Amino acid sequence: MEKAHFYHALKVVEEVCIGCTHCMNVCPTSAIRVKNGIADINKNACVDCGECLNSCPVNAIIVEQDDFSQIFHYKQRVALLPTVLLGQFPDDISEKQIYSVILELGFTHVYEVDETADILTEVTKTYMQKHHQERPFISSFCPAIVRLIQVKFPALVEHIIHLKPVIDISAIFYREKLKNEGFSDDEVGIFYVTPCAAKIAAVKSPVGEDKSFIDGVINMDFIYNKVLLSIKQNKSKELKYELNKHISRRSIGWTLTNGEASQYSGRCLAIDEIHNVIEVLEKLENEEITDVDFIELRACDHSCAGGVLTTENRFLAIERLRKRADWYHRNKPIILEKKEIEEYRPYLLENISIKSIEPRSILSLDTDMMEAMKKMEKINRILKVLPSIDCGACGAPRCQALAEDVVQGKAKMTQCVFLQKMLTKEGLITPQESFDISENTWGVKRFEKKNINDH
Amino acid sequence: MKFTFFIEGENFSKAGTASSEVKKILKQLNVDPKIIKRTVVSLYEAEVNVVAHAFEGNMNVEIFPDKIVVRIEDKGPGIPDIDKAMEKGFSTATPKVREMGFGAGMGLPNIKKNSDEMNISSKVNVGTKLEIVNYLK
Repeated sequence: MEKAHFYHALKVVEEVCIGCTHCMNVCPTSAIRVKNGIADINKNACVDCGECLNSCPVNAIIVEQDDFSQIFHYKQRVALLPTVLLGQFPDDISEKQIYSVILELGFTHVYEVDETADILTEVTKTYMQKHHQERPFISSFCPAIVRLIQVKFPALVEHIIHLKPVIDISAIFYREKLKNEGFSDDEVGIFYVTPCAAKIAAVKSPVGEDKSFIDGVINMDFIYNKVLLSIKQNKSKELKYELNKHISRRSIGWTLTNGEASQYSGRCLAIDEIHNVIEVLEKLENEEITDVDFIELRACDHSCAGGVLTTENRFLAIERLRKRADWYHRNKPIILEKKEIEEYRPYLLENISIKSIEPRSILSLDTDMMEAMKKMEKINRILKVLPSIDCGACGAPRCQALAEDVVQGKAKMTQCVFLQKMLTKEGLITPQESFDISENTWGVKRFEKKNINDH
Repeated sequence: MKFTFFIEGENFSKAGTASSEVKKILKQLNVDPKIIKRTVVSLYEAEVNVVAHAFEGNMNVEIFPDKIVVRIEDKGPGIPDIDKAMEKGFSTATPKVREMGFGAGMGLPNIKKNSDEMNISSKVNVGTKLEIVNYLK
């Protein structure tokens, strides 16, 4: 265990949640139960993929973010932007305008995190040659996937490439650069603008690192609104930003599907969307898929362009990013000036590794195998009396999940509405007792008398 | 604890279902991931063998506190020369099976590599019995 407590950016707003079970049914790690009429997320099982947020019909699941004003605690305020941000805006808004507004918001520097993809690609190539016995290599890019492997595929943890993702490489680069310019460590604040919840969790409880290199996280939709608002209201008096850089095609395509897999030789696969990823991980674990060198896995459909905090349709965003990459490629095919980051290459290489990634399986029923066997026998007995229609009316996503919860002491068998009816019929519980159980699961409000004629 | 899984002959689309089920069980029992992996790889190979060569078969899994014993019994053509079948690269698979990515002649050797004990007996035109034992500690 790395930490007893895991930070999650996904939060249920209890006042808004209607306990409808949509999120419970889509959660790929079965982390959600409905208790007292409200969705409850199990912190040990949640991987921050955001499927629950996407499925919520009333926007009761939110991505918690840091207060924006905290950036002013620092003298130097760096905004690390994901390249997908630029794909969110209509074509008539220029890169220069977007950057300028972000500076006007209070940042002193803007830097696109994927600019360090060139260095990471190179280091990854050497890493794969050096550690060839750990084939197939799994990218450490997507924090939701790293967590998914930790909790559901513990045998595959050692295949994850132990190198920092670009977000951390960019953060240490920029911090070091500002330190060399004479600023002290605590004068530099580095803020990541995130397209998803998983990146926030990665910053707040990092895996394979003692501490994060990022001081705060700002949700991408927040920046999107600020930029659009400023441009629509014509607030920007002057464009503060000087566009004098080159971003490689590789960098712009890095967070899109096949951004990494296309960079390496050998047999490389790129898989996006968490259920697709689970399917492939199952096969990988059984060694049904062999002879693969590198696997890029992303939790969101169409990778980061499909992040839960994106605003634009992902297909449109991808098209814009491709156009942007082409523009840079055509208009600035050769990097004329030496890139600043090259001076920091030795420093970055020295700090690019991460420590071990520990498995923390959520599947085992007990740490003691004998106990686990007893529990499994109990579960199988319970399953025989459950209706196996996975209706969710007990507050668990499947009959199997209820049986496991019962054995772990987290639920009662009588939460099953079918059992309740049987027990009531046989006079083993009173109708009032049956009603009370349902009220416990679904909350008092759900059972308030409603007159059909009122509607 | 005992579990039985049916294996359908010649249906490659279902090959791997039984071994995946065993994997789930072992994960729930908190077995070391490395042992799970070895076991599942050997069971998957054995399952594919039944699908590729036999009419049908059963996978009988018995889990003890210290070991897992799996008996895979099939009704099929049997193996005339087991020693030969144990050689790496030896295969009787038809071109059709090879096209699907199976039949490289690694089946039995790979099962042996990924199990602690392996016993095999076979009767031509009756079927094959394979026993795989892996220690859990």
